[in-house]
Amino acid sequence: MTQELITTLVKITLWLVVLLTTVPVMVWVERRASAFIQDRRGPNRVGPLGLVQPLADALKFIFKEDITPTAADRPLYLLAPLLAVLPALTTFALIPFGPDVVIDGRTVPLIVADVETGVLLLLALASLGVYSLVMAGYSSNNKYSLFGGIRASSQMISYELALTLAVLAALIPVGSFRLDEVVLYQQGTWLGFLPRWNVFPQFIGFMVFLIAAFAETNRVPFDLPEADSELVAGYHTEYSSMKFALFFMGEYMSMATLSALAATLYFGGWHLPGVRFSDTWYWALAQGFGILLMKVALFLLFFVWVRWSFPRFRFDQLMRLGWKVLLPVGIFNLVLVAAMTLAGWL
Amino acid sequence: MTVPVSWYLLLAVMLFAIGAAGALTRRNGIAIFLSIELMLNAANLSLVAYGRVVAERTMDLASAHTAQIIVFFVLAVAAAEAAVGLALFIAVYRKRRTIDVDRLNLLRW
Amino acid sequence: MEIGVFLLFALLAVTSALVVVVHRNPVYSVMSLVVTLVSTAVLFVMLGAPFLAALQVLVYTGAILVLFLFVIMLLNIERETQRTNGGWFKKLAALISAAIFVAIVGSISLQAYTGRFLEALTPESVAIEPLARELFSTYLLPFEIIGLLLLAAVVGATVLARKQDAVSPEKER
Repeated sequence: MTQELITTLVKITLWLVVLLTTVPVMVWVERRASAFIQDRRGPNRVGPLGLVQPLADALKFIFKEDITPTAADRPLYLLAPLLAVLPALTTFALIPFGPDVVIDGRTVPLIVADVETGVLLLLALASLGVYSLVMAGYSSNNKYSLFGGIRASSQMISYELALTLAVLAALIPVGSFRLDEVVLYQQGTWLGFLPRWNVFPQFIGFMVFLIAAFAETNRVPFDLPEADSELVAGYHTEYSSMKFALFFMGEYMSMATLSALAATLYFGGWHLPGVRFSDTWYWALAQGFGILLMKVALFLLFFVWVRWSFPRFRFDQLMRLGWKVLLPVGIFNLVLVAAMTLAGWL
Repeated sequence: MTVPVSWYLLLAVMLFAIGAAGALTRRNGIAIFLSIELMLNAANLSLVAYGRVVAERTMDLASAHTAQIIVFFVLAVAAAEAAVGLALFIAVYRKRRTIDVDRLNLLRW
Repeated sequence: MEIGVFLLFALLAVTSALVVVVHRNPVYSVMSLVVTLVSTAVLFVMLGAPFLAALQVLVYTGAILVLFLFVIMLLNIERETQRTNGGWFKKLAALISAAIFVAIVGSISLQAYTGRFLEALTPESVAIEPLARELFSTYLLPFEIIGLLLLAAVVGATVLARKQDAVSPEKER
């Protein structure tokens, strides 16, 4: 009992450390990458290559004046930034990060919450993220914020459908909601040389997932809730100091969550063909975690790359894309994958 | 040490009563709607609890599954109900500029 | 341990349910309904229905209640203002009848089920697969009908919420 408690706590701590370091690293990567894409130098004054810049940013956030507008709805206004980080912090419990390891004769699965409902619960927790944006938009008592909140609510409901459809299609050949079984299913190779990853048979589903993931995390080209050219800063217009920083962190952490989900569902998760996992538990842990983080990092880079390559959608275009393109394509993919599974091809 | 079934049922009854009281006293249409959702939720809770009790008494999980499937249907119907109901509120608001149910009295008398 | 968890979430559910009913600002009502639904989802897990718990959070709080918030913000509904006729009388009556209801039904269920403790959950009792089998065999027809109902609701909602003049936007110019 106590041993289990300790291993669980260690797993949680490991994730928290990784997640919280993702944010400053991503801040640096985003600023440097955007500078590279736009042929600028980017932050290069604080530390070598500007590596200490995130620390300076954090200091700046902490020492900025923390303003609460007098007309704001105080309880909701204070709660919104907290809710922004909560879903991202909880969903990681459901992502497997290595094979079962044996520590002192006990088998320990390398996943924090090994539950039957797995990915369904993950989607459920992730869907709570919209409340933070809506609450922030409503409670700020500012018309730009309100617009941001309304846009966030309709956008996130619309794209959640496409996202869920893509995820369900990925689960059909596996026959389980458990993400660890999804990873185990993807071991081996197709035709002897392709890794047996879901992307190859389910490329349509993966594209739907990816586009919906951009919309769910409110990243460009779907950052309409904060669209700075029309809404000042959208739902977080009135936020300053650490409260604003929390929204910022929430965005990066939910990007990391969805990247980890994409890696697990479509790219074999912690598994890589040709890698033999060590028998010593800490080496196996390091291998699994390293492979997963590498995949997540590639996805995060892709997020940044897209952000500085595409212009923002208009709201009616966004809705049209969600309901008239992604949803039908998602349903088509679901039926296709089901048929392929029935035919025994997957 | 597990929890007695009666506690779950008692909780469901309380939630149902709170929801019913809200549905009867509130005048804001949306608040009435929310109270009804609360009542549905209470009914769901008692269904799942009863399903478990019967499953344990008959030593067969089928009744627990039946209860859960009924709740599943209730969730789906609640979604449909919410979509249509909210659309109704939008339509009413366009015409009358209010969704206070006491002022929607055109069909009275 | 389990009793503690139950008491915590039961208390949370009842308190937030009261806030749903009492608070004058509909946004707060929706937010506390979120709390109620999430705590009943936890109770679903304790009753051996983790699938329903996940669905409850995904469907109810993730979609339906967001829709409520959307409509509230779209219509810009303020808090309830001055009451019209017989406000407090109605409230008192509702309170009393609610109390009587709780007393009667509660005492019956207490009497009928006192001392009945639920057995501990086993992996078989929380498995999802038999549930799915039953849903897609015995209950296949109702399932299809529900699908049809949802489709009808989508069409109905679209027709109802559409602006009357949205058919020909060029007409006005």
